[in-house]
Amino acid sequence: MDTKKSMSVSTRISDPQALSESSAGLLRELVAHLRQNRTQLREEWARRITRAELLTAMTEEEIFAEATAVYDNYVEALETGTFEALQAYSRRLSERIIPRGVETDEVVGIVLLLRDVLARSLFTKYQDNVEKLNRILDSYEPAANRIANTVAVGFVEERERIIRQQQEAIRELSTPVLQVRERLLILPIIGVIDPQRARQLTEQLLRAIRANRAKVVVIDVTGVAAMDSGVANHLVQTVEASRLLGATVIVTGLSPEIAQTLVTIGVDLSEMATVGDLQGGIEEAERLLADRAAPTTQLREIAPESSR
Amino acid sequence: MEVPILRQGQYLIASIQSALTDADLSHLREALIAQVGRSRCRGVIVDVTALDVMDSFAVRTLRDIAHMARLRGAETVIVGIQPDVAFAMVQLGLTLKGVATVLDLEEGLAFLNRRTEERFLETKPRRPSDRG
Repeated sequence: MDTKKSMSVSTRISDPQALSESSAGLLRELVAHLRQNRTQLREEWARRITRAELLTAMTEEEIFAEATAVYDNYVEALETGTFEALQAYSRRLSERIIPRGVETDEVVGIVLLLRDVLARSLFTKYQDNVEKLNRILDSYEPAANRIANTVAVGFVEERERIIRQQQEAIRELSTPVLQVRERLLILPIIGVIDPQRARQLTEQLLRAIRANRAKVVVIDVTGVAAMDSGVANHLVQTVEASRLLGATVIVTGLSPEIAQTLVTIGVDLSEMATVGDLQGGIEEAERLLADRAAPTTQLREIAPESSR
Repeated sequence: MEVPILRQGQYLIASIQSALTDADLSHLREALIAQVGRSRCRGVIVDVTALDVMDSFAVRTLRDIAHMARLRGAETVIVGIQPDVAFAMVQLGLTLKGVATVLDLEEGLAFLNRRTEERFLETKPRRPSDRG
């Protein structure tokens, strides 16, 4: 194969013009050949997939059904030179087979197998005419490689999309914004807060404040083991942004360690209302809500002297 | 673009409909402060729901409006700051300190009703400019 390739390369260099003119015709001939031997080649391919123990997660009938579809798409891509349909198909195929545990090497493997099966059939057909075989392979190989590429990339992209989706889901699970009663939200934070999560947390909270028309939010950080100045400042920003939406934030559950670090590193949390534990925080929040007629924290900020 | 200023009972409502230039903002400020005295109103609501960007000049103008209106005897409340805008603002350090902000127009009206009631109870006889 290697020697043939290098031969074909030399052919291309020597006479590129003639080649490009005839390559369309050759491709047509090739497609006709693949259409004619569809059944036989497809069976051969499915057999080799089974023999190579690829796609073990699927039954033989399924493999054959998918093989048929891939084969037809493959031939069509060869014929038209457009890869959109194949791309769409490989995306749908990936959607179907990824949940069944099909691996990347299997997908790449089966496409390469098909390439081999088809190349073999070409060798057999044109074995008496090496010159023609070369030219056929010249038009076949780039297209075949591109097809293999398209399918593999489609598969990997689909996998990456699923991974991203799952990451998103995990992140959202990790920061639930809960409504305790009307106009009161709780945001329990558990685990490590990195800048990205902190940002996402704030966005989610602000959206929830608007959606639930919340007046008071209790952010509980009992489950946060450590906090650096970056996270603390982000917390302050969250409190301020919530105030801009008209909600008062109460932070609860700052552990002794965190309290000590924050004061030692000099983060200014004086603007923040803090209560020892979640229970106390909710009680304070209820008081704020119950006392709608009396001044809230916001009012006190505006006119400290008028609050009684 | 001129911002319409509506009168609703004892309150003035300025509803910003689109992005404003600095000149528009200054004009809004002047118009509001002039009207506060003329109509003897007790509260000002500035609705910024339609704004998806708020720069430092806009924030400063809103703060100035609040402080100036207070000197003229009216409370100011900013309503309708979008979540994304709020987040961007705090990241830029524009926090509208000392200015009341609530979720939307409805909340703003409720807020002002509460405020004026309080003031009415605290200060009898009632005068328009009884605050320091």
